[in-house]
Order: sequence, then C-alpha cells, then structure tokens
Amino acid sequence: MISDLLLLVPFLALIVLNLLPKSARVTPFVVCLLIFLAQTTAAVLKPFGLIDWSFTSPLEKVIGFTLVADNLSILLFVTTGIAGLAAILVGRATLKEPRSRAIFLSLLLVALIGINGIAMVRDLFTLFLFVEVTSVAAVILVTLREGAGGFEGAWKYLLLSSVASVFMLASIGFFLLSAGGITFDQAAAALAAPAPLAWVAAALFMCGLFVKGAMIPFHGWLADAYTAAPAPVSVFLAGIVTKATGIFALMRLAPSLLPASAPGREILLITGALAAVGGAFLALGQSDMKRMLAYSSISQMGYIVMALGGEPSLALLAAGFHFFNHTVSKAQLFANAAAVEKRLGTRDMDKMGGLAARMPVTGATAAVATLSIAGLPPLAGFWSKLLVVIALWNGGQRVFAVIAILTSLVTLGYFLVLQRKVFFGKILPEWESVREAGAGLLVPVIALALITVAIGIGFPFLLPMLLGGGV
Amino acid sequence: MTLMTILLVLLVIAALWASMTTLLLRATIALALTSALLAVVMYSLGATLAAVLELSVCAGLISVVFVSVISLTQRKPFKEYVTRRLSRLSRFWPLPLVLMAIGLGLSFVHVPVQIVLPLPGGDGDVRTVLWNLRQLDLFGQILILLAGVFGVLVLFKGEGKDVD
Amino acid sequence: MLIEIPQSFWLYFIFFILLMVDGLWCMLATYNLLRMLIGLEVLMKSVTFFLIVAGYLSGRMALAQAMVITVIVIEVVVVVAAAGIILGFFRKNDSLSIRHTRDLKG
Repeated sequence: MISDLLLLVPFLALIVLNLLPKSARVTPFVVCLLIFLAQTTAAVLKPFGLIDWSFTSPLEKVIGFTLVADNLSILLFVTTGIAGLAAILVGRATLKEPRSRAIFLSLLLVALIGINGIAMVRDLFTLFLFVEVTSVAAVILVTLREGAGGFEGAWKYLLLSSVASVFMLASIGFFLLSAGGITFDQAAAALAAPAPLAWVAAALFMCGLFVKGAMIPFHGWLADAYTAAPAPVSVFLAGIVTKATGIFALMRLAPSLLPASAPGREILLITGALAAVGGAFLALGQSDMKRMLAYSSISQMGYIVMALGGEPSLALLAAGFHFFNHTVSKAQLFANAAAVEKRLGTRDMDKMGGLAARMPVTGATAAVATLSIAGLPPLAGFWSKLLVVIALWNGGQRVFAVIAILTSLVTLGYFLVLQRKVFFGKILPEWESVREAGAGLLVPVIALALITVAIGIGFPFLLPMLLGGGV
Repeated sequence: MTLMTILLVLLVIAALWASMTTLLLRATIALALTSALLAVVMYSLGATLAAVLELSVCAGLISVVFVSVISLTQRKPFKEYVTRRLSRLSRFWPLPLVLMAIGLGLSFVHVPVQIVLPLPGGDGDVRTVLWNLRQLDLFGQILILLAGVFGVLVLFKGEGKDVD
Repeated sequence: MLIEIPQSFWLYFIFFILLMVDGLWCMLATYNLLRMLIGLEVLMKSVTFFLIVAGYLSGRMALAQAMVITVIVIEVVVVVAAAGIILGFFRKNDSLSIRHTRDLKG
C-alpha cells in the first residue's frame, strides 16, 4: 500500500496546492517539505523494520497499480527525498515571485511522482512513460528563468530527450516482437533464449538511457541545461533527475537483462570510462562555475556506469553508494554556486577570488564536497570510489580500475582549480562588501556537508549492514 | 504491389515533402497529411482506436499548434526566403536518393526473423487492457498532461520578467 | 479488412527505417528550430508506425494500441512544450535560427 501512497500523496498535494486561494502563501513550501521528509523517513526506516510497508487498505480494490518497492527503490526514494529537500530550501531563498514559486513546486511534485514511479515499475513501457514524465517536467523547470540561455538549454534538453524516447520506443517494439510482452521478466526471458531481435532491442534501450543520462558522446545537452537553469532547478537536476531517468534504469535492468559475460558488460564499462574521463577533462577548461560542475556530474555518472560492469556481487552496492554520495555532494555544490551567484551576480570564476574570507561557511562546505567527490579519506566519496575500484578489480577489469584511479587525480585537479579561483587568492576590490549567504541557503549546505562527513566517518560501521542487507 | 505497399510509399513521400519543403506552412500541411496517411495505415492493420486518436489529435491539434507558432514568429521579408532556398537545397537534395538507395538495398537483404507466436485465446479488447491492466499508464498520462499544463502556464504568457 | 495485408516483417521494417532516416536527416540538416520540431514529429510517427506493426505481427494488437494511445498523448505534450520554448526563444533572440544565440559557449 505504501508504494501506491508514494504516488498518490504527492498527486493529491499537487491538486490541493493548485486549488488553494492566493492568500495561503507560506504553506505550499511547508507542505512540499513535509512530503519529501516523509518519503525519506519512510524509506530509511523500512530496512530496520520500523515501518510496515505491506499494510493494505480497501483502496487497493479500486486502484490496481502493479508496483513493487524493493531495496533498489529505497535507494532512489531516499536520494530523491534529500535532493528535493535541498531544492525546496534553495528555491525558497532564490525564487521571489509567488507565481514562479507555485509553478516550481508543482512541477517539482510532478517530477517526484515520476521518479517514484521509475523506482517501482516492473514493465518496460511504464518505465519509459515515467521517465518521460520526469524529463518533460525537468525541461519546463529549466525554462523558469527567462534570462541568459534558458531557452537554448531547454531546447537541447527537450530535443535530445525526445530522440532518446524514440530509441526506447523502438526498442519496446522489438521486444514486443521477440518476447510477446514488455514486462521485465518477459524481456529477460527473451534475452536468455538467444533471440537476435531481443539483442537489438536491449542495445537500443541502453542507447536511449545513455542519452538521458548524458553519457559521452550524447552529453551535448547537459552543460547548457544545468548552466541555464535557475538555481533550485540546477540543484534538483544535478542531484537526481539525470541520474533517475538514465542511470537508475541501467542499475535496475543491467543485472537481470545482461548475463554476466556478455558484450553488454563491455558496453557499460567502455561508456562509463568514456564519460568519466571525458567529463573530467572537459571540466578542466571551464571558467563558468556551474558549467564546470555540470561536466563534473558527467564524470561521476560515468563512474556509476563503470561500476555496473564490475564484479556482479559488488557492482550494485558500489554503484548505489556512489549514486547516493554524488547526489549529496553535487546538490550541495550547486547550492554553494547559487549562494556565490546570488551575492556576486556572476558565475565567471576568473572574476572571483578570495571569497573564503567573506563567505566562510560557503567556502568550508564547498571544500568538504569537492574533497569528497575527489575521493579523499575520511569523507564519504573516498569509500564509494574505493568500492567502485574494488568492484572493477575483483571483476577482472584491471585496466578500468586503473582508469578510475587516474581520473580521480584529474577530478582533484579541476576541483582545486575551482577552489583556488573562487575562494582563495587575493580578493578583488569589487567584492569587498560581499556578505555571507543568507540562512535559507546555508541550512541545506551545512546539512548536506554534515551528511557527507558523517557517512565518511561512520562507513566502517555501515558496511556490514549494507553487505548483509544486500541489494 | 498490394494496396498496403502503395499506402506506405505515399506515407514516406508525404514525410519527405514535410522535411524538404521550404515554406513552413507547407511543411505543416505535409505533416498533417502524413498523420492522416498513418491513420489509414493503422486502421487497415486493425488498430481502430489508435487510428482515430492519431487522426484527430496529430492531424488536428498539432497542426493548430504549429500554425499558431508560425504566425507568431513570422518576421522576415520575402527576399530572404529566396536566398535561403538555395542553401537549404544544398543540404537536402541527397535525401530522396539516400532513401531510395536504402529502400532498394534493404529489399535485397534477407535476415530470418523469429517472431513470437500469437496468443491462443486472442489478445483481448483494447478497452479492457487499457482500463484494467494498464492503470499505471493512465495515471502517467494524467501526470504528463499536468506537466504540459504547467508548461503552457510558464511559456505562453505575455512579456515575462526575469526571475533571479 | 478491406485491403490485403502483407505478413512480411521486412517490408514494414524497411518503411520504418526510411521514415526514421527522413526524420533524423531533417533534424540534423537544419538550423531552424521549427523545422527541427517537424523532423522530431516525423521521427515519432515512424516509431508509432513500428509499434502498431509489431502489435499486428505478434498478435498483440490490444497491448500495442494501448501503448500507442499513450505515445500520442506524450507526443502532444512534447509538441506543446517545444512550441512554447520556440516562442520564448524567438522573443529573446528575435530569430528562429540556432546559429543566432549569444549566450552559451564552450
């Protein structure tokens, strides 16, 4: 029943929020905060057995949704909850017009329902449908700011996203021909029996997912969309949307659809490596702060895809953990970028410098996040990168493990460039009067940085539980 | 040469016309024609409900949207269209030849294809499938329509202000 | 049905490929935003056609029709969103050509 509620409660909230009179202004933010908080709590408490997810109610006779919430779904619920909370808090501090706020929250709720759907479906076409719902909601969110480049970024996102949808639909057609149906089990059965049509179908579906997840060479839309979007939308996009529409489906499908020794694993490894390395090098030459963070996202998502090609028993754990850590750190970095942009009015890093003295909290939390993503102990990112490398090494993919380690060095490189240009160095005269960001932007970044540190320090205690629970 | 093959050839020709024509309004009409031909093809294959929806929605609603966008973005004097025509032609003229080459080339290839057998009891009615078995799809349709509504609210208002 | 329907998969597949190539070419060879949208539309129609053919040849027409109905709804929403973005782009840059943007580089 709770799996149905995860779709229906935000839906109800969406309708209610849009029918409220104009006078109730503060409530919408609080309602959305509560929804995301409830989702995170319910998901975190499930593995501990504190909340029973299987209670039924008479509502089930009317609504016949075929949804299954397993451990992988819980990962997505928790991650989306955290990213959504961050986005709402940043949105409260950044969006001032009540109309923009209302539409932002409504579209955020639509995207939330879409992502919850992606986490729980058992059917290729319904998966495609919810991926499309989330993508369209994200495209419209990108256009909320009509300033520089907003429409160009949204256009590229919409166009490439729709081409990916066409690939996925063609794949579903091929599955219909070769498997007679489109549920996950039927597709897996068709792939196990050697059926060439099913192989074509799987390849096409993966191509579609690679485009949605901005793997190289289909990454052309990501930098423009992330940079041009307003601040809370960038936090949400980078935090969860790209990963949910592209990478999560790969995590769900790869173990069952791709047998252990097939060329499918090779495709995952090579694509992941290309994205990791390419994204890292593309990030090196950037002078726009958000653009560098966008290319960094491509690189980290490449790590997650590479992890899926490693040793099967560790692959999902490594990929999932890196998935979670990247959401926490990247959402926080985009919130930091929002704070800097709000106080300075520019995103050009060459014009910044010495902000550590004027914006100490922003600087400190940015340092935590960049060191975590670069993989320094004892932060959370170190453990997840270590898991990825171990998964690759144990699976016999020594070359890819080395590539992963070397790319970490490049990651450290461009993040040091970011730190030096933005926070250290001499402070320019025009930034003398800059103050620290307001409480609205500081609360999410401090919370996210604390999560990163806590997981980093507490990971040795966390690991037995994760291995025992399994995914 | 069955009637179906002729219909399919006409479909490709209409789509070709939609891509290659220089005037946008003609391209819209060609797109509507493509939708209509596709609806006829779908009806002959037995997909009656889908054909009706394709005809009314795609050949109708989408053409209206296109025409309104074209009328709202029409600015240039006619001379520029004439100079544009030649550069367009240089990029588009290989297309019909490429299509014919692909068509003829593929028709000589023969790959044995294994298709799953039809279900013994028949497939059931579309309406039962849609309303009883695929309720999640209906929910998803409602969601994406809502997203579209918010999109209209964001994008189709008057002169907007910068948000932040 | 009134007309004779060939049962060969390859025939339908050839026409699906032709439509797809047409749509992709149109999308790639133009700088005009509206024409890119027309190419995208042709692409989506090609895949709609392929879904119906897949349903017909495998005998699962009800499932295929249910899917196509949803795909048509998605198509409409995508076209409306794209039209909105084109309008906004036009108002901002006063041109429909993707060569005329000034802002995002690199």
